[in-house]
Amino acid sequence: MSAGQLPRWVDYGLIPLINLIAAFLVSGLVVLLIGENPIDAVRVLIWGALGFGEGVGFTLFYATNFIFTGLAVAVAFHAGLFNIGGEGQAYVGGLGVALACLALDRIVPWWVTLPVAVAGAAVMGAAWAFIPAWLQAKRGSHIVITTIMFNFISYSLMVYLLVNVLAKPGSMQPETRTFEEGGRLPFLNDIQSLVDFGTAPVNLALVLALIASALVWVIIWRTRLGYEIRSFGANATAAVYAGMSPARIIIITMLISGGLSGMMALNEIMGSQHRLLIEFVAGYGFVGIAVALMGRAHPVGIILAAILFGMLYQGGAELAFEMPAISRDMIIVIQGLVILFAGALENLFRPAIVRIFTPSRAPAVQAG
Amino acid sequence: MLDAYQTLILLLDSTLRLSTPLLLACLAGLYSERSGVVDIGLEGKMLGAAFGAGAVAYLTSNAWLGLLAGIGVAVGLALIHGFASITNRGNQIVSGVAINFLAAGLTVLLGQAWFSQGGRTPTLPQGGRFGEVILPGAEAVRDVPVLGPLYSELISGHNILVYLAFAAVPLTWWILFRTRFGLRLRAVGENPAAVDTAGISVVLLRYRAVVICGILTGVAGSYLSIAQSSGFIRDMTAGKGYIALAALIFAKWRPVNAMYACLLFGFLDAMAIRLQGKSIPMIGEVPVQVFQTLPYILTVILLAGFIGKAIPPKASGVPYLKERS
Amino acid sequence: MSETPAIELRGVNKSFGPVHANRNIDLLVGKGSIHGIIGENGAGKSTLMSILYGFYQADSGSIHVDGREVRIADSRQAIDLGIGMVHQHFMLVDPFTVLENVILGAEDGATLSGGTRKARQELRRLEQEYGLKVDPDAVVGDLPVGLQQRVEILKALYRGAEILILDEPTGVLTPAEADHLFKILEVLRDQGKTVLLITHKLREIMAITDTVSVMRRGEMVATLKTAETSMEELAEQMVGRSVLLHVEKTPADPMGTILEVEDLNVTDARGVRVVKDISFKVKAGEIVGIAGVSGNGQSELLEALAGIRKADSGRLSIRSETLDLATMDIDPALMREKGMGHVPEDRHRMGLINSFAEYENAVLGYHRSEKYAKGLLLDIAAIKQEAREAIEKYDIRPPSTDLRTANFSGGNQQKIVLAREIERDPDVLLVGQPTRGVDIGAIEFIHKRLIELRDEGKAILLVSVELDEIRSLADRILVMFDGAIVGEREAGADETELGLLMAGVQDQGAASGAVAGEKA
Repeated sequence: MSAGQLPRWVDYGLIPLINLIAAFLVSGLVVLLIGENPIDAVRVLIWGALGFGEGVGFTLFYATNFIFTGLAVAVAFHAGLFNIGGEGQAYVGGLGVALACLALDRIVPWWVTLPVAVAGAAVMGAAWAFIPAWLQAKRGSHIVITTIMFNFISYSLMVYLLVNVLAKPGSMQPETRTFEEGGRLPFLNDIQSLVDFGTAPVNLALVLALIASALVWVIIWRTRLGYEIRSFGANATAAVYAGMSPARIIIITMLISGGLSGMMALNEIMGSQHRLLIEFVAGYGFVGIAVALMGRAHPVGIILAAILFGMLYQGGAELAFEMPAISRDMIIVIQGLVILFAGALENLFRPAIVRIFTPSRAPAVQAG
Repeated sequence: MLDAYQTLILLLDSTLRLSTPLLLACLAGLYSERSGVVDIGLEGKMLGAAFGAGAVAYLTSNAWLGLLAGIGVAVGLALIHGFASITNRGNQIVSGVAINFLAAGLTVLLGQAWFSQGGRTPTLPQGGRFGEVILPGAEAVRDVPVLGPLYSELISGHNILVYLAFAAVPLTWWILFRTRFGLRLRAVGENPAAVDTAGISVVLLRYRAVVICGILTGVAGSYLSIAQSSGFIRDMTAGKGYIALAALIFAKWRPVNAMYACLLFGFLDAMAIRLQGKSIPMIGEVPVQVFQTLPYILTVILLAGFIGKAIPPKASGVPYLKERS
Repeated sequence: MSETPAIELRGVNKSFGPVHANRNIDLLVGKGSIHGIIGENGAGKSTLMSILYGFYQADSGSIHVDGREVRIADSRQAIDLGIGMVHQHFMLVDPFTVLENVILGAEDGATLSGGTRKARQELRRLEQEYGLKVDPDAVVGDLPVGLQQRVEILKALYRGAEILILDEPTGVLTPAEADHLFKILEVLRDQGKTVLLITHKLREIMAITDTVSVMRRGEMVATLKTAETSMEELAEQMVGRSVLLHVEKTPADPMGTILEVEDLNVTDARGVRVVKDISFKVKAGEIVGIAGVSGNGQSELLEALAGIRKADSGRLSIRSETLDLATMDIDPALMREKGMGHVPEDRHRMGLINSFAEYENAVLGYHRSEKYAKGLLLDIAAIKQEAREAIEKYDIRPPSTDLRTANFSGGNQQKIVLAREIERDPDVLLVGQPTRGVDIGAIEFIHKRLIELRDEGKAILLVSVELDEIRSLADRILVMFDGAIVGEREAGADETELGLLMAGVQDQGAASGAVAGEKA
């Protein structure tokens, strides 16, 4: 199972595809159970997601969120860490974005605010990941549990801040005031004229997400740090033999991961909502897990998986409209199935595929 | 003074009600994790059970059938988790996350498709809900000072599942420490190879633990929809599965400690509700969020080893593979 | 011995993939005897015993217990046949009490109360009968290793074992504890039990067994009456007259000392002292070999020198610089900087990241070097260029820098590691098991390369459990046993003599001494 090098197209293409097909087949059964026609449902979904400019715009808008949170999970995966705290890191990252926007939006144009907001998002997200990372590195506290706990702590913290500190004076709404022009990322519709995205809020954050993907690729596969991260994740004993410091790798990896999660807030807060509001993360952090698994922790895979999930979100909304029996929650089911098949059940199909594609070579001798 | 006493009784009464689902889920997690299977899917199983119970109790007007359905759903999800983590030796955390997603999606999707009430199940008819159990003599002693309210308000008057949950604590203790099954369960979570060489099937043992986990989360979820409330609503667990997980760590995987931890977390919840918008003398108004986050903060501090050390069963989270020795 | 043997194996075979771990094994074990099975590590002893205990299934052959042919599909059946096993790594549940460990799997009823009461009585009986005294309520994890082992024996006896298999039982014991164990085994035998003792220590065989079987490379090469054989004969059988790989080598021409280790002590994670007061020197142009049966502290010695494992005390001088291994902040990166290369014993666990491409593994540990940096990035082209050169120089096949190392054969994997560590021009090279799991062709290449390196004036410390390898490569041989260096020999020392040293027989003439002969 461990040995045997699969061709890249199998590893990164065929296997995710098989997992996806399994997930969709089961989803089809669910649709049948509800009493609708799965084929029709798929048609509506795809048309809703890609059939018209506005649909595409929404698809890309959601995909932007998923790229960020997917990258966050993937970076941690490379170090063998499971960052399940993307939700909280993104939420607190929103605070960083909002503070930057609130401070600057009335004074400077958006492109001056942007770098500050990016820094705010990344720093706050990273800070929220730092404590679990430190506890894992120095005290061995299991990072899965601590990041879950930090998700919940972030919910309470943010509600408190939004209600008691940041709320618009005189308003009962738990949200900040709306940012002025200087605190808003331009919509893609306003800066290009090739595609008409209609009212879709897809914005400049998409470009940032693509840049982040490229940077993650460079960091993971082209820098010494990335080399160490991957070494530690693949074989911690060998990493120590090679003189790497596990504590340092854990902490730096989690800072990057948290920073990426935090940057998801750029898309939602600065790109679309133009104010910090309660529960804006809405599960996107968790979806990052599905995206990273589906995309095999590679930025290109993550972009594709993020677009797929963006399609599900947007197409799912359309589907709920056309076939009211299939509510938007269908996409959560599909995500669950993707996580199940691409993640937890990865040993279900993989051995057979490995057998098919690595026929002759005897496994390396493992006598002991 | 009497007023304060009355308030205290009420506070403790709601503590019991709020602790019950936590306790059931926490004990569920205890069986699973003691056997070496980490379960962050408690939340999803509870949610699925809440929906199953709400739906069936509505359709049959029978709370017991509802409970049975709730247990059935949770056990089904537990078996998926078992298949992924025991048979397929997959990542147990990922599997738990998947279960949580599935439950969150399916409950609302099916709820909407079947009942068209935005993912809710319709309000339960008479008989579909577990009613209060008035213990013998509760009415008679109501007016006895001090002890009267204690008995008739605090101890009497809960639904059957509350009593069941608290009865499950000594029962779990007994199973864990006084029965053959318990001995093997504890052993397989610490050193599966020892169990294997003693001629006991590791796989079967873990599956049994996972099924028990399903049953208990099933009761926990049913409690929410057909005992505490009168029907299922979207995301009705609201993180209780995770609090139960925190309580389990806080209890260091021991049943009686689990009860104390759940009572503490339930009490914090009750305080949060009680004190919303009110101020405490000397301290002033405490943000309700403080009470909401305390369980998590306490658990993190415990995990960090600053107050005692929470050491999980040694083999938890590790799939068992016969190794060449 | 005309009565039915307790165990009879006929033609047992077992392979793991390409590895033939047991080849046509025949074995007769007489009832009421202590039967030793001796052999080097990897000779197939543990596999054979695992087959007897139902942990593995034989590919072919038959097993007879008490004259009846049986199939042992799992441990449960082995237990039912009266076979008990004390594993090398104890199968105990640490947080459990002795009593709980003893009854696990033999609880006698759905609740524990009846079973524990019975077990308590039974333990008392076993204590009286065999002198196996343990507090039944003690928590096993708190007990010293010797007592933990006793719990394992009690477990087997409690299940009614008539045949007791002990796999390397003294590996974790102090000499005094080992003595005590042997007394217990003798009592067991005298009470009619059959004992199978797996060991690689000759002294133990001589001291306690009635008959002994020797295994070598998966085969059973001899079965002898202990009283009629000698340590010398057994050592010879064990090591075998295997084809000595001939290594072209001129006598060493050592120069000044480059590596000096003084007073090194290491404690492992279990708190056991595994390296004891070790001091030695390695000169430039010299290969010093450390011989010893595996598990006698060589691994820990290497890891401490390489900066991977913390030492309790010890100084290391490389060239003229002295490092305190206990107090200074030593890590492998620092040791590499000081000019120390390290070919680790286990390339899969430590030396390679098998999911990485060849070129990535070719710089593992040296990836921070400026040579491979291009600004903030890794200079992949430079790394690959170097990897290609190494592939050519070391004849690594297939000659691909992009293939994952998992897909190379053992010999080629080892060459990748060797090339990486040698081509940085270290002053000192630590080499552990350089030819384990390596094909003949590659062995020859690796040996030649090490000699060349020596002739270039490097200091090489070679650890190997292959005595042949040590004898053909080393210019000086240090023998390690139980964490200490127990002897030093020149190149070409007699192999039987070395075998005796490795088996823990004290130097000079003490060969026939009893087990208790070791100092307290």
